[in-house]
Amino acid sequence: MAIKVEVWGDYALFTRPEMKVERVSYDVMTPSAARGILEAIYWHPGLRWIVDKIQVCNPISFTNIRRNEIKSKISARSVKSVMDVGKGELYINTSSDIQQRASMVLKDVRYIIEAHFEMTDKAAPGDNPGKFQDIMKRRLSRGQYYHQPCMGCREFTAFFKEASDDVIISDKLDGEKDLGFMLYDMDYSTPDDIKPMFFRAKMVNGMIRVPDINSEEVLR
Amino acid sequence: MSEVIKNRYDFVVLFDVENGNPNGDPDSGNMPRVDAETQLGLITDVCIKRKIRNYVEMVKDDSTGYRIYIKSHAVLNKNDEEAYAALGVAADKVAEQKKKDTDIDLKIRDWMCANFYDIRAFGAVMTTFTKAKLNCGQVRGPVQIGFAKSVEPVVPQEITITRVAITTEKDAENKNNEMGSKYIVPYGLYRCEGFVSANLARKSTGFTEDDLNLLWDAIYNMFENDHSAARGKMAVRKLIIFKHESELGNAPSHKLFDLVSVSRKDADTSAPARSYEDYEISVKDDQIPNGVSIIIRD
Repeated sequence: MAIKVEVWGDYALFTRPEMKVERVSYDVMTPSAARGILEAIYWHPGLRWIVDKIQVCNPISFTNIRRNEIKSKISARSVKSVMDVGKGELYINTSSDIQQRASMVLKDVRYIIEAHFEMTDKAAPGDNPGKFQDIMKRRLSRGQYYHQPCMGCREFTAFFKEASDDVIISDKLDGEKDLGFMLYDMDYSTPDDIKPMFFRAKMVNGMIRVPDINSEEVLR
Repeated sequence: MSEVIKNRYDFVVLFDVENGNPNGDPDSGNMPRVDAETQLGLITDVCIKRKIRNYVEMVKDDSTGYRIYIKSHAVLNKNDEEAYAALGVAADKVAEQKKKDTDIDLKIRDWMCANFYDIRAFGAVMTTFTKAKLNCGQVRGPVQIGFAKSVEPVVPQEITITRVAITTEKDAENKNNEMGSKYIVPYGLYRCEGFVSANLARKSTGFTEDDLNLLWDAIYNMFENDHSAARGKMAVRKLIIFKHESELGNAPSHKLFDLVSVSRKDADTSAPARSYEDYEISVKDDQIPNGVSIIIRD
């Protein structure tokens, strides 16, 4: 069951894993980010979204944003000790725990995600593809979601609707462009050892074909 | 405690700055953030979240269940034993439980959510994936805020100032004043859009109706206690809240945001705007989709 979703936003940040401290975005949306957007709209353990194609509509342009960010994460161990003892200091002081980090973000993006879903063995006996398809279609037309989808990071909102036919694909995207190796998705099959998967992304007139997860094009 | 929220919300905040620097850009010597191509002023989401945290910290003064995890001016030596009252469990009992407890991770997560307002609202990242160690993972909060953008291009000005007090004695021998500079935006009306996803409140953080009202208060008053030499005059002018009847929502957010438009009162003028009076905000409340209600605070 195929579905086409148009998503757009002012900014996007699909971080390259090799440049994640001072974040640099990929040129385009990754298949995993596309999957995340679909899952933000509708997901159920009984289905798995598979992204087939990503159409880039707007020319690719970047801008730079530097922000004050927190260095550390909440340490579960110190939370636990405060929980156990019943008192103690528990907060992050931004003036001593701060770091400035720049992000290279995409500007003014618009994509069309072409995807379909597969049923998984977690589906209840009463579930069927038609039901899931209807729920997704309904959510798209009513603008409903589980949580507001985003373009890579939560501060960069992704708006969405069912793709319309009159989307203009920028002619700056004409021709073929090799985007190099790009993150495909994370492999969650062994929960203790989550590994990234990559693929060689090629953009033809703005269209990126996403290979099947089991194909040889996906490198682990 | 009141109930966990059951409705989705989208909101638009309009606020302005007069002769101040709403959000400095560390990349360009603390000049107000500007989109280089469009000249529109920018304010980051984290800047706005900081103001919300500060307001909540000030109003609630670290009281039970309303502590703030990420503080800008850490207050020393505050005893937080009272925080346990919120949970309804004695502290020593927690220690006893954890021995036979396999999902201590979840307990820690819930404890953090119950105690810290900012984690309940915005979420937090706890220790990451490390095998065989405590992992509470990521908590996504229901409240999501985008960048604020000015309605019209802003032109930041550098103001050079002098001071007569010299810092070091050595300098004082040679000169009797020092020059400094600060940046201001003469006037800018900014628009910020945000979301509250009820599902995330229900599933993980337990963000309640009381928390939501506090959030609206915090947004509405976020600049009231944030005055400083750098900020100039900042004020929230209008907070427009779209309340959906259902948890999932009743209309697309972008369509609701399109109902709020800001324009110049005098359409023909080429003079730069210098006050809120120069703008007109219209909310097409006759076009609100079914199942969505609107709350305006101004």
